[in-house]
Amino acid sequence: MPAALTLTEVVVAFGALRAVDGVSLSIPAGERRAIIGPNGAGKTTLFQAITGMVQATSGRVVFEDADITALPPHQRARRGISRTFQITNLFPTLTVRQNLFLALRGLAPGKFNLFGMPKPSADEAARTEAALLAARLVGREDTEVRALSYGEQRQVELAVSIVNQPRMLLLDEPAAGLSPNERAMVAEVIRALPRDITVVLIEHDMDLVLGLVDQVTCLHEGRVLVEAPPSEIRGNPAVQEVYLGRARHAAG
Amino acid sequence: MNRGVLWLLALLAAAVMPLLLSSYHVDLATRILIFAVLAMSIDVLAGFVGRTSLCHGAIFGVATYVVIWVMAKAGLPAVPAFLSGVVAATLVAALFGLLAVRTSGVYFLLLTVALGMVVWGICLRWTGVTGGENGLRGQDMRPALLLARENFYWLVLAVAALAAWAMQRFVNSPFGLSLRGIRDSESRMRALGYNVPLHLFIGFAVSGFFAGVAGALYAFFNEYVSPSSVAMGQSVAGLLMAIVGGIGTLFGSFIGAAAIILLENTVSWYTDRWQAVLGLVFILTMIFAPEGILGTVRRLAAPKGRAR
Ligand SMILES: Nc1ncnc2c1ncn2[C@@H]1O[C@H](COP(=O)(O)OP(=O)(O)O)[C@@H](O)[C@H]1O
Ligand SMILES: [Mg+2]
Repeated sequence: MPAALTLTEVVVAFGALRAVDGVSLSIPAGERRAIIGPNGAGKTTLFQAITGMVQATSGRVVFEDADITALPPHQRARRGISRTFQITNLFPTLTVRQNLFLALRGLAPGKFNLFGMPKPSADEAARTEAALLAARLVGREDTEVRALSYGEQRQVELAVSIVNQPRMLLLDEPAAGLSPNERAMVAEVIRALPRDITVVLIEHDMDLVLGLVDQVTCLHEGRVLVEAPPSEIRGNPAVQEVYLGRARHAAG
Repeated sequence: MNRGVLWLLALLAAAVMPLLLSSYHVDLATRILIFAVLAMSIDVLAGFVGRTSLCHGAIFGVATYVVIWVMAKAGLPAVPAFLSGVVAATLVAALFGLLAVRTSGVYFLLLTVALGMVVWGICLRWTGVTGGENGLRGQDMRPALLLARENFYWLVLAVAALAAWAMQRFVNSPFGLSLRGIRDSESRMRALGYNVPLHLFIGFAVSGFFAGVAGALYAFFNEYVSPSSVAMGQSVAGLLMAIVGGIGTLFGSFIGAAAIILLENTVSWYTDRWQAVLGLVFILTMIFAPEGILGTVRRLAAPKGRAR
């Protein structure tokens, strides 16, 4: 499998803090990859560097054989990189449908239509329905996002990120703060994604993650600590030390 | 649909008004319509992009200056003069837009204040062209057909209605929706593939175009322009009309412009502290009807639990 995404020695520094401190990794096309690690490990910042929301201080980001290190976020999005945000980032005063419409038009030429009606084409309508169905939002499509529950807003976050059928999907803790039922739903949505979409998933819930992914990268203090298949992750002493051990510590 | 019928009735009422009013009041109504277009152009940015501008008075005034100048000094006929005023205002807005698109919040506000001051300074100091403090006076600018105040009023009403309709279409277009997306979350818009600064630039230029339409009309209405037409006070008045009418309601600007201009007209007979009265109006609106007149009416009229 050719690599969908290759990071080479990526560094993101905030002043003296190196939130991402020389990460190299390669994710084959179509793989489901989990990124785990304790809070503050640099997982979200790594997503910021991949999507261009934050410029990498040094290193290279290559997506499908093109160097995208210097591209602004919207140009990366147009290459098929889609994401969810750890902190819900939607259009609260717009309806669910309008949120999805903006997502669709972000990659379409119709976004410069200054005078027409915001009417989806037949193809866009079909994609909208599919995303609503996948994220279990049918019946809520004409509600303003700010009027939805937290769980429903997370579902919209997911729907907005998949409605364009991206080439690569970056999910930043999509199930955090959700009820067990809602978490199962999120897992279901991820499992149902077409296999040719590369999925990178940041998630704390080991049970959720390990059943979903092909490979796990554990970050610690901005560096790659371990990269292993899920079956070897729980037993890995380094991972237990920084992640599971600490989690047990925190819980106890 | 219901709302459309209401606005159509309002338009009809506005159209028969000059038959019932004194010539003094027809002029007052004309002024209200012109400033409503300015206020709407400000609302396009404030209500739908979340960017409060304090340089739209200057953009408006640029159109007024250019129209009067090209007619009085270059001898252009009315229609090309009108168009050159609008084009000049749009170009100035585009230039301002280039500078302002990377800012938001209070920085945007302050930058637009500064840009407005630059225009004001130029109009004051470039005496050879602008007449400095004396300003520029036009003569017999209106074509014969528009000499009667009623006729001019009807023209202004038609242009204002057309501009209002166009702005309504604009904010509800796919592009307008992208501006509302930027208002709600710039980072999400970027992640969705939008070139946010480019969209802001276009939004600013379109808004400036409409401010220019208002300013060009004002040239034919007033036949005189001075630095006070491009001063900060003009921008503040336009913004206040949009706020009193209801930010984000667009058509509320008609109500806001009417309220402010009628108030100014009444109060100025009793006091010369007009600025203080304006400040008081602003404070009272913020406390008792922060959604403005039309915004409050809509909220009260809307079925419970649903906004807009
Ligand atoms: N914009 C920022 N400015 C300064 N420091 C930041 C910024 N974003 C993240 N950080 C810091 O970088 C580190 C990694 O954060 P983050 O990537 O959010 O971790 P994770 O997602 O793994 O919990 C943390 O110490 C955090 O405080
Ligand atoms: Mg995080």
